[in-house]
Amino acid sequence: MTDKAAMQALARLVPPGSRVLDLGCGNGAMLDYLQRERGCSGYGVEIDDANVLACVQRGVDVIQLNLDEGLAMFDDNSFDVVLQIDTLQHLRNAETMLRETARVGRTGVVAFPNFAHWPNRLSILRGRMPVTRRLPYQWYDTPNIRVGTYKDFEVLATKNSLRILDAFGLQDGEEVRWLPNARAGTAVFHFEHA
Amino acid sequence: MSFFATPQSLHFPEVLPLQSGASLRDYHLAYETYGTLNADRSNAVLVCHALNASHHVAGVYAGQDKSEGWWDNMIGPGKPVDTDRFFVIGVNNLGSCFGSTGPMHTHPDTGEVYGADFPVVTVEDWVNAQARLLDRLGIAQLAAVLGGSLGGMQALSWTLQYPERMRHAVVVASAPNLTAENIAFNEVARRAIVTDPDFHGGHFYRHGVIPKRGLRIARMIGHITYLSDDVMNEKFGRQLREGLELKYSTQDIEFQIESYLRYQGDKFSDYFDANTYLLITRALDYFDPARAHAGNLTRALARATAKFLLVSFTTDWRFSPQRSREIVKALLDNRRRVSYAEIDAPHGHDAFLLDDARYMGVMRSYFDSIAKELQA
Repeated sequence: MTDKAAMQALARLVPPGSRVLDLGCGNGAMLDYLQRERGCSGYGVEIDDANVLACVQRGVDVIQLNLDEGLAMFDDNSFDVVLQIDTLQHLRNAETMLRETARVGRTGVVAFPNFAHWPNRLSILRGRMPVTRRLPYQWYDTPNIRVGTYKDFEVLATKNSLRILDAFGLQDGEEVRWLPNARAGTAVFHFEHA
Repeated sequence: MSFFATPQSLHFPEVLPLQSGASLRDYHLAYETYGTLNADRSNAVLVCHALNASHHVAGVYAGQDKSEGWWDNMIGPGKPVDTDRFFVIGVNNLGSCFGSTGPMHTHPDTGEVYGADFPVVTVEDWVNAQARLLDRLGIAQLAAVLGGSLGGMQALSWTLQYPERMRHAVVVASAPNLTAENIAFNEVARRAIVTDPDFHGGHFYRHGVIPKRGLRIARMIGHITYLSDDVMNEKFGRQLREGLELKYSTQDIEFQIESYLRYQGDKFSDYFDANTYLLITRALDYFDPARAHAGNLTRALARATAKFLLVSFTTDWRFSPQRSREIVKALLDNRRRVSYAEIDAPHGHDAFLLDDARYMGVMRSYFDSIAKELQA
């Protein structure tokens, strides 16, 4: 989900001038964009060597950490916004990390592939796990170890006392607000801790 | 083929007050520079050295084989710290045995060799002396201060003692202080030296002897801690030095690793000074910027304004990644700009001196970004 329209749709959830922590920041494109276009500051967190290098190359501050080891390095409410864009689905302790996101940030933005998107449902009906542009992996080699839906996240957020400020789907860079659980490949939640 | 380096020396007649309350005067600092200082004097990079290194950071000495500087793979024309763009300064610390004033030199008050009377110097004292060197070279602000291990401690200390005098600090395989285990290793090394009958309370120069046995053992234990178990096993394993049969001897060399350590110890005792070893390990032990803040590193680093790059190595158990993360956390708490790379290299603490593509890549990219700032 690196296309520019999707990035801009997510960036709109980050108020100008925010102090941002981007968990699983990849090559730093999002933070770079937020710094240049929205006057934000902050850090990315990455585990992958090549991504860490890419961040340093583009001048994005990056901390090399394994998110599965937690966010002990970051204080409570020390960021205006904590981003988890296409990160949640790779985490062994996804729920702990969601709580940590809410602890460290005054608000959080989580985006992840919605497995209830209709082409995925069709694929399951045909008896096969979905392989799509959004989910290009086979079931046996996918890094997406947490398979969840838009609706599933609503339940998880409620369980963890998160107040949802906004939620929508993303499809082809466009916001999907009508039946997002069926009509969007990506689920987006903007929340704060209650 | 590297470029030629030329050691230089400056005399400082004025008194340098030391942290201990003692002072030094009439001292020399040996240094080398590589590259060209630009017109607005903004491209200087100071490299601080670790325990057994010197001002000879990069390049070779004309007519001397195998005389590459200790960080020649990192610093030079086209290297990650590119001397075509940066003016790089290597400086030898006070108390060392490679050119700057040390315990083997003459005390200006007594006319005798300092020996054990050379005052205890700290990381902070070294930084103060380095700052005076920069004054003399006409450099008000560094583009970056850079160091690994004990050199990283100096780089960190620079950002606290002279926060306005550098824009970047690059701290590699370092720590905010030594752990008890680390101090323990240093103490074993020091006891080996001090209990050598040739040490003579540090005044061995007068007796025309060198406490080589102590130095050898000090180096052997140090060397073990700079490597990782895996690398040592890969390099030596349980290989015997000769043949396949055991000798059943308690005193002969049996295993390759024994031979290697003895060789390293011998080599070291030929060129290193015993008092310098005591002084430098003590400087390591004493470094603890949080001490003045009741152990609170976050408060200690509040003074730092530089942008930081920290690098650690996963198999470094002497200056473990956890220790670098403590520095990162303190900088984050203070909302300072910081990047941190944790390199999954097998070589233990020594990794900071070796070529690893990921490590070199991060260093190169970071210094590229500093160079871009210079042009902006």
